[in-house]
Amino acid sequence: MDLSINPILLVASLMVASTPILLAAIGEMVVEKAGVLNLGVEGMMIVGAICGFAIAVETGSPAIGFLAAAIGGAALSMLFGFLTQYLLTNQVATGLALTLFGLGLSSLMGQSYVGIKPPSTPKLDIPLLGDIPVLGPMIFSHDLMVYVSLAIIVAVWAFLKYTRGGLILRAVGESHDAAHALGYNVIFVRLSAIAFGGACAGLGGAYLSLVRVPQWTEGMTAGSGWIALAIVVFASWRAGRVLLGAYLFGGITVLQLNLQAAGVAIPVELLSMSPYLITILVLVIISSDRNRAALNAPASLGRAFHASH
Amino acid sequence: MPHTEALVTLNGELLMKKRTFLLTGVAAAAIASAAFADGHEPLKVGFIFVGPVGDGGWTYEHNQGRLAVEEHFGDKVETVFQENVPEGADAERAMTQMALQGADLIFTTSFGYMDPTIAVAEKFPNVKFEHATGYKRADNVSTYSARFYEGRAIQGHIAGKMTKTNKVGYIASFPIPEVIRGINSAYLHASKVNPDVEFSVVWAYTWFDPAKEADAAKALIENGADVILQHTDSTAPQAAAADAGSVITFGQASDMAEYAPLPRVSSIIDNWAPYYIQRVQAVMDGTWESVDTWDGIGPGMVGIGEITDAVPADVKAEAEALRDAIAAGEYHPFTGPINKQDGTVWLPDGEVADDGTLAGMNFYIEGMNGEIPN
Repeated sequence: MDLSINPILLVASLMVASTPILLAAIGEMVVEKAGVLNLGVEGMMIVGAICGFAIAVETGSPAIGFLAAAIGGAALSMLFGFLTQYLLTNQVATGLALTLFGLGLSSLMGQSYVGIKPPSTPKLDIPLLGDIPVLGPMIFSHDLMVYVSLAIIVAVWAFLKYTRGGLILRAVGESHDAAHALGYNVIFVRLSAIAFGGACAGLGGAYLSLVRVPQWTEGMTAGSGWIALAIVVFASWRAGRVLLGAYLFGGITVLQLNLQAAGVAIPVELLSMSPYLITILVLVIISSDRNRAALNAPASLGRAFHASH
Repeated sequence: MPHTEALVTLNGELLMKKRTFLLTGVAAAAIASAAFADGHEPLKVGFIFVGPVGDGGWTYEHNQGRLAVEEHFGDKVETVFQENVPEGADAERAMTQMALQGADLIFTTSFGYMDPTIAVAEKFPNVKFEHATGYKRADNVSTYSARFYEGRAIQGHIAGKMTKTNKVGYIASFPIPEVIRGINSAYLHASKVNPDVEFSVVWAYTWFDPAKEADAAKALIENGADVILQHTDSTAPQAAAADAGSVITFGQASDMAEYAPLPRVSSIIDNWAPYYIQRVQAVMDGTWESVDTWDGIGPGMVGIGEITDAVPADVKAEAEALRDAIAAGEYHPFTGPINKQDGTVWLPDGEVADDGTLAGMNFYIEGMNGEIPN
């Protein structure tokens, strides 16, 4: 039995496999940082997947498709935003309903797109960087969206850490009453965060339907929205760790499939459960210091805000 | 549709006016009850699906069967279905709900529904159940399946002839007899025409997850496979193969013709419609009884999709001859001499596998690499 896994191809496919959950998770992290728990990630992803797919097919441009996916995801998230922020519905129930609604809506929208091939998303041919041996084909030969997702991670990190806007967003998530008393518009901040989360989830979904699979199939997200939600907790609401979590999960998923394909004599059961096993393990380690883990969760997470004065 | 304005009872609690709810899901119940008032109650047939009806594969074909039942019987039947029902405890809930809603006949269309079907059937002795691909029966539970391994023999033949790298990738779902039979049949017929062929099997542990199926296909292709066989339900591996170029695939459960002529060079098509119509008729006639049906290419339950011109003419002719021989009952894909993976004799020369062994097949045949997970 030869161990013939090509590490270059492995890392390359790891980055592709991780991008959808990475995008969805970083969006959800911002939403949760603003104190809102949106469990509708799966629904927004799949709506993004079909919006992106349909528009890319109709216009022939994957770029416009991704844009449409972001708009579609954000539009759906605004439904959640309206219900939870203005009508003060329960966030958990509304989020779950959003997922069910998104799954249904997407299969309705996708009726005429089954079996169609999308325009292919070009891989960037970066001069110089792409020519570096090993690293070039490994890291610098992807489509634009992979780099956009990484840029979003950096941007979110910098926004939350260094900008006034980031500070306001965190304040709203920690104590909406205090933020309100200081004169910040809690509802507006939260709606913006929800829209951003929806747009990111939509992009993640479109990455599935336009690049990773690439085709439209009903229910094609198959639970990756839930993985994204878990990764936010796994990352203890930090942008850098979202990247780590998503790449770890995606990486192990791809690695175990490659190990199987290469015929490595490790029990398949163990390989198949390894992504989940390692995620749980890391979760346990991260949360072993109870106080610190709890401190990281936004204090107002999931609580409805009603300005009574 | 009846024009009476009927008062209907939903779950014995709510009284509603039919006209008010005509456009909602409740309309179905209203129409059923109204028809009952007219004296011709439609037979209610339920379907439990493991994936979405738009998966383009397994569930799609079961749904085509459901639509054929509707078309054949018109307003004498009413069909209901539930998609994406997980295999396990949730399946029991879905079946119970369907039985409570008054279904007379319920088709449960995935292997993992076996125990839930038996459990729910015990609670509803007057409801008939039909479980696909399982082996547990009861007075009100029939089983039915198709001899997919007959189609796998043809795929194996084409794969063995066409592979240049001598590596065939196989995306398997769960280690159950149906899947193992398919692997063995494909490998047997590939190695007959190409002794150097190697199979790498990836167990995806899912019936439907397009992203994972695509990743599995990519991993196999990166490891040198130039033929991909799949026993999962979506068309994602086809897309991955099309992307990679110079890789051939076969449609699984459904024709997947949108990927023809390349990468999809042929397919196994499940044709459930005649069986579903026949069983619904049996319930109507009162002749329904618990049976075990296992049909193949001959009776038409397994169809072989068109072999495209991407396959060399002589290989195509051989494959078609193989198909016809199996259909005519002249050739059984598991005809000895065949040894098990450990080298012990399974079938002596000329002997044909019996259905009991096939139904419970849990071993690889000689020449296969790797182990079957438990």
